[in-house]
Amino acid sequence: MTRINVIMLIMTAALLIFFFMAFRRPQVVPRGIQNVGEVALDFVRVQIAEEILGHHAKRFTVLLTTMFFIVLAFNITGILPLMHIAANSLIAVPLILGFSAYIAFNYAGIKQHGLKHYLQMNLFPPGVPLPLYLLVTPIEAVSTFIFRPVTLTIRLVANMLAGHMLLVLFYGGANYLLFASDSWLMKPLGVFSFVAGFAFTLFEILVAFLQAYIFTLLTAVYISGAVSEEH
Amino acid sequence: MSETFFSAAGGGEEVEGIQLLLPAAYDLLFGGISFVLLLLAFWKFILPRAKETLEKRTDSIEGGIARAANQEKEAAALLVQYREQLSDARQEAARIRTQAQAEREEIVLAAKGEAVEAAEAVKLQTSAALSAERGRVVTDLRKEVGDLALELAEKVLGEALTNDAKARAVIDRFISDLESAGGKK
Repeated sequence: MTRINVIMLIMTAALLIFFFMAFRRPQVVPRGIQNVGEVALDFVRVQIAEEILGHHAKRFTVLLTTMFFIVLAFNITGILPLMHIAANSLIAVPLILGFSAYIAFNYAGIKQHGLKHYLQMNLFPPGVPLPLYLLVTPIEAVSTFIFRPVTLTIRLVANMLAGHMLLVLFYGGANYLLFASDSWLMKPLGVFSFVAGFAFTLFEILVAFLQAYIFTLLTAVYISGAVSEEH
Repeated sequence: MSETFFSAAGGGEEVEGIQLLLPAAYDLLFGGISFVLLLLAFWKFILPRAKETLEKRTDSIEGGIARAANQEKEAAALLVQYREQLSDARQEAARIRTQAQAEREEIVLAAKGEAVEAAEAVKLQTSAALSAERGRVVTDLRKEVGDLALELAEKVLGEALTNDAKARAVIDRFISDLESAGGKK
């Protein structure tokens, strides 16, 4: 078990404890932690699921909610003290989530339209001149059935890994320039490096939230595209 | 230096190139456990609870609104009813007042009439009593004067006038004598 595995389990436990506390004895008039829990859940349900999927939202709210909070929790560890690395900067969890999204939108589409019609819809979009299918069909096949989960996964991993390396670079640089370097001229640069590191820490909070939002939103959009009649 | 940076990223091991895109088995295991746990928790506990709470809240708000609307309607109906009752009561009161006024006038008139009648009766009674009294007094006086005259005559004549008719004649003569004597004087 690596350090990141421990981080995963800690964050999972934290999420579980938070939501169990929030909804242990839910009140009609919410107080304290229940308010926070409700706002968090409503954000995913209303702003993402219902906004994108409309009346299809109900079936996919569980998956989208889980995705949003697991991505957010595993991202935010990148700036949490003692952890200092996003669990999503390793490919495992994003891969699981991307695969889940892939299964979800294909399942939704096949269930809605039947396998044949679903493939037809995606691979042979109507209104295209016949010869162009030679071009369109392979592109659609690759982009829909291969690139979607891959891009979902890599976007998340790359963002978190890049954020982590930026922070390591600036704080490591600050440490080196301030304390390890012999030259006094390097000290101001060390201060600059530290300030930049701090700024990017704040930025990473935004990125952690934003990537969770984007991942969930895109999954919802893919599901929406699969269940909708026109393409 | 850079070795320490990237060893942190991999949790203590070197990860480079294509390996970044290949998951380690233990990461998949723990990531999968986390994902499944959270999925189950959201599916079986958290979201149903949240939904239930939300529905209860919607119910209570809608129920509250419906109750409020009902009460408002009832209040409006009551108000109309009260106003009707109030105006009825006012009309009733006005009617009773005019009736009372009319009755009062009647009563006053009747009382006045009765009083006048009573006064008349009293007046009549009084005058009758007075005239009766006067008659009685006159009779008494006459009788007394007769008696006095008789007594006087007895004394003058020195005889008893036993016969009334005779006496009366004597008296009458006496009186007429007196009158004539008086007339001569």
